[in-house]
Amino acid sequence: MFSPFMINAWEASTIVAVVAGVVGFFTVLRGSSFAAHALPNGAFAGAAGASLVGASTILGLGVFSLLGAIGIASLGRRARHDVATALAIVVMLGLGSLFLSMTTEYAPEIFSLLFGEVLGVASNELAPTAAIGVVCLTAIAVLYRPLLLSSAVPDLAESRGIKGVRIELAFLLVIALVTTMAVPVVGTLLIFSLLIGPAAAARSFTNKPLTAMGLSVVFALVTVWSAIALSYTSELPIGFFVGAIGAVGYAIGRGWAARRRLA
Amino acid sequence: MIVAGIGSAVIEPGFFSSAPVQVALVIGAIAAVVSGVVGIFTVVRGQSFAGHSLADIGTAGGSAAFLVGINPLYGFVAMNLVAGGVMELIGIRRPRGRDVATGIVLGAALGLAALLLYLDTTSTSTTGATINVLFGSIFTLNSSMVPVIVVLSVLAIGVTLVLYRPLLLSSLSADLAAARGVSLRFVGIGFLVALALAVSLSAITIGAILSTALLIGPAATALRLTKRTGSAILAAAAIGVGATWLGILLSYDSYYWTSSHRGWPVSFFVVMVVFVSYLAAGLFTGRRATARRPLERGVR
Repeated sequence: MFSPFMINAWEASTIVAVVAGVVGFFTVLRGSSFAAHALPNGAFAGAAGASLVGASTILGLGVFSLLGAIGIASLGRRARHDVATALAIVVMLGLGSLFLSMTTEYAPEIFSLLFGEVLGVASNELAPTAAIGVVCLTAIAVLYRPLLLSSAVPDLAESRGIKGVRIELAFLLVIALVTTMAVPVVGTLLIFSLLIGPAAAARSFTNKPLTAMGLSVVFALVTVWSAIALSYTSELPIGFFVGAIGAVGYAIGRGWAARRRLA
Repeated sequence: MIVAGIGSAVIEPGFFSSAPVQVALVIGAIAAVVSGVVGIFTVVRGQSFAGHSLADIGTAGGSAAFLVGINPLYGFVAMNLVAGGVMELIGIRRPRGRDVATGIVLGAALGLAALLLYLDTTSTSTTGATINVLFGSIFTLNSSMVPVIVVLSVLAIGVTLVLYRPLLLSSLSADLAAARGVSLRFVGIGFLVALALAVSLSAITIGAILSTALLIGPAATALRLTKRTGSAILAAAAIGVGATWLGILLSYDSYYWTSSHRGWPVSFFVVMVVFVSYLAAGLFTGRRATARRPLERGVR
């Protein structure tokens, strides 16, 4: 399990889990789960387009997820947010289906992008993953106070001169970066589960933002590490374990919160 | 004669006589009408995420059915009914709680789908299963599906119409509805049943992408054009059917556009028609709003 070829998998998943734990805290707090699902899924069309023109997958993912984030933010100014997100994801996936129909060599790669290929991470993928991860964490650190205020008490934030629209765009761009970083290594399903599950569970245990964020990172690490170990020993897909552990963790968190309320 | 002349210029030969096209036109229209009716309430209630998620979640049921060898449609419906129930059960009243509840259910179901698709592909060694379950294809539909689809459509529309008034009231003002004695949980679950049926049948017939596109796009467009619920429902159904038929036609025609004769996918065209009509409706209402502004100032 700790043989040399597995080292890349452990390192890549650790980087992704730390970033997902931190960004996931705000995703859950802001109620941005739909965007966290839409951007990785839609960006997949970018990967298909990139393979069509012979560009690198990560470039395609990056361009599409950033365009998707800008699209959601600008459509969201005049419509309900969930409607804007739904329209953005179908447009991106519609383009994806066009790109896929134009190429024939793509079918096996769809599966790996959707469900991830963490056990097949190459060493040269680690550096870009880590670099984009650092950018994401720096962005969250810089935005921390206005982001927290506008997520928790939007009205108060507006009255203090924090523009909700701008914060929303900035946060969507961070999710787009997380997408670009994580999809090539862990796939679209896994990054979504990692953004939502651990953070949602963490919020049930504490109301303090920094503690919740720390817990969220710990849960994300435990989730992804045990998923890799279970997947390695059982030879079943890793996405199944991440999804299942996330749901169980959330259930335990809700149970804990309900008991504390009764006590 | 002139009409026929224009027709033959726009419509490539064999469009109406082709059996797959006929089935696609019929089933596509049914899916579009059901999606339009249910879609209006989905948009008004802010449940687009749930509507989109069910299309993905059903994949788990579809692949389970594929594994045991029954029609994937039944797997889709069963899985979506369960998932809708769980969402409503764990969803907190506030929209943000609902967002997370949907996300958790979606994450768990996608994990399950990953497992089942893996088992499907290793047991039958066909990678085509993955693609088929995920994307669906409107041109490979079997006309024997039509009766089942009609029954499910009638059920979905029936539930929506029976719940029409309490649904509308609870969607617009939950407090007022509760004060009038409407059971919010009952209405919520009833609506999710309708949504689960509508999404199952559209996802299995026309694919997950088009399912969301037809559920949200025409409804959001219609709600930009009119605020009356009744006319919005009719408009959404009409826009959905129009977009589906135009998409099928363009996809059919696209086969003749290039010398390589590789048609472009229906889902691409339908999505683009839906999206363009949404943007056009925005321009229309935007202009109407600016035109009205001086009057409003005058009144003040």
